[in-house]
This record gives sequence, structure tokens and C-alpha cells, in this order.
Amino acid sequence: MSTSVLELDGVTKVYGEDPPVPALRGVSFSIRPGELVAIVGPSGSGKSTLLHVIGTLERPSSGVVRIGGVDAAQLDDRELSKLRARNIGFVFQQFFLAEHATVRDNVADGLLYAGVRVAERYRRAEEAIERVGLSERASFKPTKLSGGERQRVAIARALVGRPAIVLADEPTGNLDSSNGASIMELIRELNAAGATIIMITHDTGLADQLPRQIRVLDGEVICDRTNGETP
Amino acid sequence: MSAGDERLELRDWLRVASVGLRSRPLRAALSALGIAIGTAAIVGVLGLSASSQAGLIAEINRLGTNLLTVEAGQSLTGGPAQLPREAPVRITLLDDVEQVAHTALIKNTYVYRSSIVPVTETGGLQVRATSLNLLPVLGTGLARGDWLNPGTARLPVAVLGAIAAQQLGIDRVYPGQRIWLGGRRFDIGGILNPSPLTPDIDVSALIGYPAAQTYLGYLSIVGGKQETGPPSSIYVRAATGHEATVQSLLANTADPEAPYEAAVSQPSDVLTARAAAAGAFNSLFLGLGVVALIVGAVGVANIMIISVLERRSEIGLRRALGATRSQIRTQFLAESILLAVVGGVAGVLAGAAATAVYASSKSWAVVIPAQAWSGGFASAILIGAFAGLLPAVRASRLPPTVALRTV
Repeated sequence: MSTSVLELDGVTKVYGEDPPVPALRGVSFSIRPGELVAIVGPSGSGKSTLLHVIGTLERPSSGVVRIGGVDAAQLDDRELSKLRARNIGFVFQQFFLAEHATVRDNVADGLLYAGVRVAERYRRAEEAIERVGLSERASFKPTKLSGGERQRVAIARALVGRPAIVLADEPTGNLDSSNGASIMELIRELNAAGATIIMITHDTGLADQLPRQIRVLDGEVICDRTNGETP
Repeated sequence: MSAGDERLELRDWLRVASVGLRSRPLRAALSALGIAIGTAAIVGVLGLSASSQAGLIAEINRLGTNLLTVEAGQSLTGGPAQLPREAPVRITLLDDVEQVAHTALIKNTYVYRSSIVPVTETGGLQVRATSLNLLPVLGTGLARGDWLNPGTARLPVAVLGAIAAQQLGIDRVYPGQRIWLGGRRFDIGGILNPSPLTPDIDVSALIGYPAAQTYLGYLSIVGGKQETGPPSSIYVRAATGHEATVQSLLANTADPEAPYEAAVSQPSDVLTARAAAAGAFNSLFLGLGVVALIVGAVGVANIMIISVLERRSEIGLRRALGATRSQIRTQFLAESILLAVVGGVAGVLAGAAATAVYASSKSWAVVIPAQAWSGGFASAILIGAFAGLLPAVRASRLPPTVALRTV
């Protein structure tokens, strides 16, 4: 049994056939529980494809993706959905909140497909909302919130199921610098409390602030270092 | 992680299926409208025809089915026949005959509002001499004024049938009010209520037999003496349950010498036939209702397809949160059915309300057949399922990465 919460071994992803466009070429790395990792690379480097493959939203063309020791390739749609519902939390650049529902409903919906009873979903939602500091706004609709607050709601939704991994795709990409900084602070706090967080970003400055960064270029890992080490 | 059941609870399904309705209520309402119109048409048509049938049956029960009529038919040579003068008296002697009344159509005599109305404008109205017991036998009554009595039956006094009064423009009765009948003035004694079993009475001006003899020269010569009559229509109330027996004897009794000249009928047959025919136009209107439902279904399908396109990011997010393909498919199918159910319920209510309002205005019993509302409702659900199937399948097949890429 591996101690890694996530393990990629020789993962490739090729789109199309004529001509084939490789997006990932033999990516291998592993993430241990409690890590805070930046996957960083310029636009078109394959980092979004990597996020989708790690998040089991897309199957690799070859190679192995293990989440909590389970080979994702062996699972059918139903089992993969279950894996996502219980082990992976997503945070998106565009937040993807339901505008007509309250903050509380949005966060509780993070557990909608995880087989948790309604009362328990809302109890855990209250906890998650408190962790991101939005208890006062739990009954608000997202349209009444600032961009930073919306992203906090999205983070609470990703955390509510206490997933093994939180995948954050450019979580500060749609925010101004002060809101971005406060979201980064929240991410560091959550990580300090034990959450394993993988953040995808094009911002090398932001990646430099995180304990570990995996640099991607043209579908390959060109650098995997823990900050403080020399590349 | 605990091993739990990932199936959604019913309340979750309701909430998930109503996302589209809650986030875009106007659009949902408009697309449900087509279904509502179709369902309302179906429920309304079936409800109205059932109510009108109930109304007619109630009227038949009120008027009774035991009224029989004997009319002067045609002679063997094809000319108009005459009933014998003594026919009513003979019929009275039959067993199981309760009451007998009679009228005589006075040919070539017409009634006008005044003497200056051109003679050709008869308005299809008739002049009839009548026995004085006509009203109880027909089961009708007076709307205005008084019926004839032995005194007024000898005088130039007429009582107007309901349609005759309407055509002559007379809606009330007061002293000195006159009409022009058979070339002289007649006072108006009264106006009758409609008589559904005997429409001929509705279009007639009724006068006494003696008046017909005196003023219009309608008479018979019996043994060299002038007598009133003969009648041309005889109205017979038979004992309930013995109508057929009486009917079979009437022609022979009325005119033993030429029974084939007497035409016997049961006027309630006409109403019964009308009640049976009340649903005759149903298929046409039901067809229109079905067309409206189909148009509604196309509308719902259209909205659902647009909705799937617009909500790709929601679909992607739900997949990321752990929704399976089948859960996405069920969500959109349930949304389509919910939309159609909303339309169906609104349609059933509207159809029932229309039936209730129209039936009450006609004083019919409000009848909404169970198959009308249950059928309307069931067809709405089926249409919702049918219209939502393709969009739901498309939504479930959308790869989550494609869905998330769309902003």
C-alpha cells in the first residue's frame, strides 16, 4: 500500500488522431497527504489536462493514476463518480456557484452525490462555511457576494466532503490582488490544518510561495522541487 | 470513507429537478403554457360535453319521457291528412292515458307585430288553436301574463310561444297590447316559457278554438252544424312505464279508418338523441387539444435542449462533485417532466374552471369526468418524459471536461 494520496506513473494524454496532439508526455510524480503543491506552467503547457486527469474527469491515454492507492483506470463511470464524490474536491477559477441558491445550499451540494443524509450535509456545510469565515453570509445568495467571498464559498464546497485531495484550478485567477492574497492565505491555513491541496497556476510568483512546485512545459514535468531547494 | 448509498433522496431530486424552473421562472412558465393549453382544451372539451349531457338528461327527467304526440300525417294520395274531430276524446278513453291536449294548426294564417308589416314577412310563425289544458300536458308554463280561459278562448286573445314573442319583439304583457293576426287585431294574453319537447308551440300564437272558429273561420261541419276543430296535433301523457303500449294504440285510436294518416312520435326521443350527440364534436376539439399538446411538447424539448447547452458548466460541476451520467440524465428528464406536470396541473385546473363557469351559466351540473383530468395529467407526464429524453441523454453524454471548459 502506497503512502501517497496521489500517484501518477508515466501518464500520457493524446488528443485526436490525425494528427495526434500530445498534451501530456509521460508525467510521473506522487503527492503525500498534507502537501500543498503548485502545478505551474504557461498557457498550453498541459496543466489543465493534468488537472482533469488527476481529477478523474478525463482518462489518460496511457500510464497509471492512483488515488488513495486505487488505479483509476480500473473503475467504471459509476465508481469514478463515487471516487470523485468522496476523495476529490474541486475549486475552479470561475467558482461555478448556483446563483439562485444560498451559500449554505451551495456548500451542502458539495456532498449531494456522496451518499450523506440531508441533515448531516447541512451540519458539515455550516462547519465548512465557518472554516472559510463566511458564517455571517450563510443565507446570502452568491450574487450578493464579492469575488473573493464567492471563491471562499467554492473552497468550502470543495472541503465539505473532507476529500483526500483538493484540486484548485487558478483559484485566484478571477480575483484582484488583495482578494487573491486572502484566498492564498486561506489555502495555506487549510493546508496547515491537514488538507492536501494541489493548485494549478500559471503564476510562477504564486507558485514560489508554496512549499512544493511541479513545473510543466509542453506536457512534461520539467522541474519538481520543494521550495528552498535549488532547481 | 464510509460505504454509503449514493442515490439521491426524493427531496434532493425535487430540488435538483427544479433548478431550471427556479432560476428561469418566466421561461419555464412560457414553455409549460403550451402543455397547459393542450391539457385545458382536453379537460374543457370532455368536461363541457359531459356537463351538457348531464344538463340535457336532467331536462329530459324534468320534462318526462311519457309525452306522446299524434300529428296529422299524409293521406295515401300524398296530400295533407286530417285527424278526426273526435280523436282526442277517443284517446282519453284508452287505458294508461293520463291527460290529452290538442292544438290545430291554422293554415295560411299568419301573425305580425302590426298591420303595416309586409305579409310575406311571416317570420316562420304559426297560428294554432289550442285546448285549454295544453300547459300541464306539455309541462311548460307562463313567462308573462295569463293563459286562455273559457272566456278569453272566445275572444280575439292570443298567447305567444317563447320564440314567437321574441320574434315579434314582445317581452311583456300589458292591457291594450295587440298584434295583427289573420287580418285583425288580437290582444296578447300572455307569453309562454320555452317548451323543449314541442318546438312547434314555441313558434306559435295560440288562440282558443272558439276564437279560431269565430274570427278565422276554422271549423268543421258535423251533421250540418258548425263545430270547432279538428285538431292537427294531439299531446298525450301516458302513465309512466306504459308509453310503448299507449304508443302502439294511438294511431288506431286516433283515426280507426286511416291509422296510417296519424303520425305518432315521442318528442323526448329528440332530446335523448341530442344528449347522445352532445359529444359529436368532441373528436374535433380533442384533436385540437392533442395538437396543442404536441406543440407544447416541442416547446418543452426546445427549452430543454437550450437549457442543456446553457448549463454545461453546471453539468460539469455536478460531474466533478460526483454525479454519475445516469444521475445527470435523470435530473434533466425529471426537470422536463416537472415542467410538463406544472403545465398539466395548470391545464387541468383551467379546463375544470372553464367547465364550471360555462356549466353554471347554463345551470347544468358541473361534471368533469375522471378520465378527462387523469388523462390530461397522464398525457402531460408522458409528453414531458418524451420531450426530455433526448436533451437528458445529451446532457449525460457531455464529457465533464468539455462542460467545464465552457464559460
